[in-house]
Amino acid sequence: MHLPTLWFIIIAIFWTGYFILEGFDFGVGILLPVLGRDETERRVLINTIGPVWDGNEVWVIVAGGATFAAFPDWYATLFSGFYLALLLILLALIIRGVAFEYRGQRNDATWKARWDLAIVVGSLVPAILWGVAFANILRGVPIDSHKEFVGNFWDLLNPYALLGGLTTLVLFLLHGAIFLALKTRGEVRDRANRLASQLGIAAVVVAVAFLGWTAGIRVTAASATLSVLAALALLGALLANRMKREGWAFAGTALTIALAVVTLFTALYPDVMPSTISAANSLTVDNASSSHYTLKIMSWVAVVFTPLVLLYQGWTYWVFRRRIGVSDIPSSS
Amino acid sequence: MGALDVARWQFGIVTVYHFLFVPLTIGLSLLVAVLQTIWNRTNDESWLRLTKFFGKLFLINFAMGVVTGIVQEFQFGMNWSDYSRFVGDIFGAPLAIEGLLAFFLESTFLGLWIFGWDRLPKKIHLACIWIAAIGTVLSAYAILVANSWMQWPVGFTIDQATGKARLTDFGAVLTNKVAIITFFHTITASIFTGAALLLAVSLWHLIRKGAADADAPVFRRSSKLGAWVVIGALAGVFITGDIQGKIMTDTQPMKMAAAEALYDTSQPAPFSILTIGSLNGRQEVFAIDLPDLLSFLATGSFHGKVQGINDIQAEYEATYGPGDYTPNIPVTYWGFRLMIGFGILGGLVALWALWAMRRGRTPTNRWLARTAIVLPLLPLLANSFGWIFTEMGRQPWVVFTQMFTRNGVSPRVSTGEVVTSLTVFTLLYGVLAVVEVKLLLKAVKAGLPDVTPRPAGPGEPGEDRPLAFAY
Repeated sequence: MHLPTLWFIIIAIFWTGYFILEGFDFGVGILLPVLGRDETERRVLINTIGPVWDGNEVWVIVAGGATFAAFPDWYATLFSGFYLALLLILLALIIRGVAFEYRGQRNDATWKARWDLAIVVGSLVPAILWGVAFANILRGVPIDSHKEFVGNFWDLLNPYALLGGLTTLVLFLLHGAIFLALKTRGEVRDRANRLASQLGIAAVVVAVAFLGWTAGIRVTAASATLSVLAALALLGALLANRMKREGWAFAGTALTIALAVVTLFTALYPDVMPSTISAANSLTVDNASSSHYTLKIMSWVAVVFTPLVLLYQGWTYWVFRRRIGVSDIPSSS
Repeated sequence: MGALDVARWQFGIVTVYHFLFVPLTIGLSLLVAVLQTIWNRTNDESWLRLTKFFGKLFLINFAMGVVTGIVQEFQFGMNWSDYSRFVGDIFGAPLAIEGLLAFFLESTFLGLWIFGWDRLPKKIHLACIWIAAIGTVLSAYAILVANSWMQWPVGFTIDQATGKARLTDFGAVLTNKVAIITFFHTITASIFTGAALLLAVSLWHLIRKGAADADAPVFRRSSKLGAWVVIGALAGVFITGDIQGKIMTDTQPMKMAAAEALYDTSQPAPFSILTIGSLNGRQEVFAIDLPDLLSFLATGSFHGKVQGINDIQAEYEATYGPGDYTPNIPVTYWGFRLMIGFGILGGLVALWALWAMRRGRTPTNRWLARTAIVLPLLPLLANSFGWIFTEMGRQPWVVFTQMFTRNGVSPRVSTGEVVTSLTVFTLLYGVLAVVEVKLLLKAVKAGLPDVTPRPAGPGEPGEDRPLAFAY
């Protein structure tokens, strides 16, 4: 097989895994003050993702590392080019991760309120900015003949990219609400279920608009089909949510996110970062990739270990499959 | 200062900061796994209390290690894009492998361990902390393979068409002699770091509470365990450090010369414990010298010849063209000494603690209690100075003999952008350091937790019973 293409697919898989898994983490984080009306309920929310959020976040580290290893030029151009956006994401992920561990370490309302704010902001910022970043990758950015990004931060905030940010935000909110309906008991569950229904309408409007606009920028027969399937999966998720079939609803939003990510990657191929200055400057799977030897070694590593990771992460979800309710929360120390 | 200098300061600050947490994570995860194993074997509840107590300190620290680690991976591309393009074919692979093999293991099994106290059978729960600990060790290996390639590049060629490094022998990269010895040096230093905290906290409680306290026997045990592990780990640190010094003399002679500020090639060469004079060691007012010791450290023989900075500078100019190939001597000279000095101090404290606890004694010396408070800082300082020495000693190269640091920086990232990120990282890290230290002190002062007996039977917990652990 053409190894750069294989690695394009593997990186797409890592990002898909990241957005499905951390997508609901982000949603839960942003919804913390909305669905958690008091301290105990907020703890219910946080504990639904407590055992898994860190493992979910590793997907982005692996996606970044895999890009570095397989497409050094893509990694270098993207990370130096989207500098301030990535800086904001890093700051958000830092305060968010620390907040999960630290908010319960002191039993003090002000302390907890501050860390709750850190969780909300730390989830909101990346939920929007990842969408902005990927929309810009697809749309193309100014890249010169030395493979350098020559635009600035404000170029990234174009209407299409902002719609991309709104799409990931709304999808993650919906995904998070449905996850909470699946993982909690009692009032929190009912509230999450109702909120998911309301968010669903917004999600359909925004996602269809974004996927339509995407097709207007770059489209292939496959990517068009995939966007239609993504929209159908979203409708299926909303239907399942109405019928209170939470497992199916969650599978639906997970599938929606997966199909949306795959749509973007399919439309992008064989470019990895198109240039708006000249097509000759675009980074492609061929001109940005590592050597055949490196890709061959990394292919073996990925093919052996990715299924293993899925297996033991899947087992974690099985171990913590039980719903959590207010009565499960021990008193604060 | 231009973008290059600011980017270098940022790399130094965020990396030293990140590496305060990494060795604690490696060392404490292993030690907590040992404590829990002893509990599993003996069923003695005091070991369970120690497991949970030190487990909490471990988790407070782990959170910081994780979040500051993401910055490390992103930073190569953000601030050092030309470096990333040049080395990506080789350097990217261990980074990706670190994520795929190590970080997933660490994070997933640690999640299982934290929240799994009442969900998993006892043996499987114990296995989770061991797997997480192994994950931390694997990650150290992967990242040290990457770093060692910058110190001593092997298994590659420079591609004529692209001018970039291209991997030719991945086995050679994985078995790089610098990587292997640095791995053992780092792991033993990490165990030293974790054990110093174990000893410090236990000893402080033991002295403060006195022999009559109900928890005194528990803290006595953990103090003794901590002290012996400190001494054992330090022995490993010295042996591996000694081998590393000889490999360094072979691979990076300039770094060894810079460690001693040895300007003229000498046979035999002395080792100075300290020098008072000009900071770069060119003029010496007062010095305590140990004759022949540098020769031994560098070559294994007390009569060995050690090349001086001036000779190596001339040789490099002949090979690599005109330029300054001498690292910052005050930083390397003092970094090397402070690394060794803080390590030795840590060992002396452990010996003092063992002496004070000999034959069933409970120490009462207030000075020992005060020293215990400083003890956890000693390995952290030694680790930091060791890394500052080894990275600064490689300058002006970012990849030794292949790429200058000044050529690795991102060409299109503005000084303003790097200053912005340096400023916000420094401020945020400063605030988080204060919070972390306060939380650690609070957790330390809280003392050993009570452990409620686990419910009998393997069945699932009832829906109306609170979780054994929750955020």
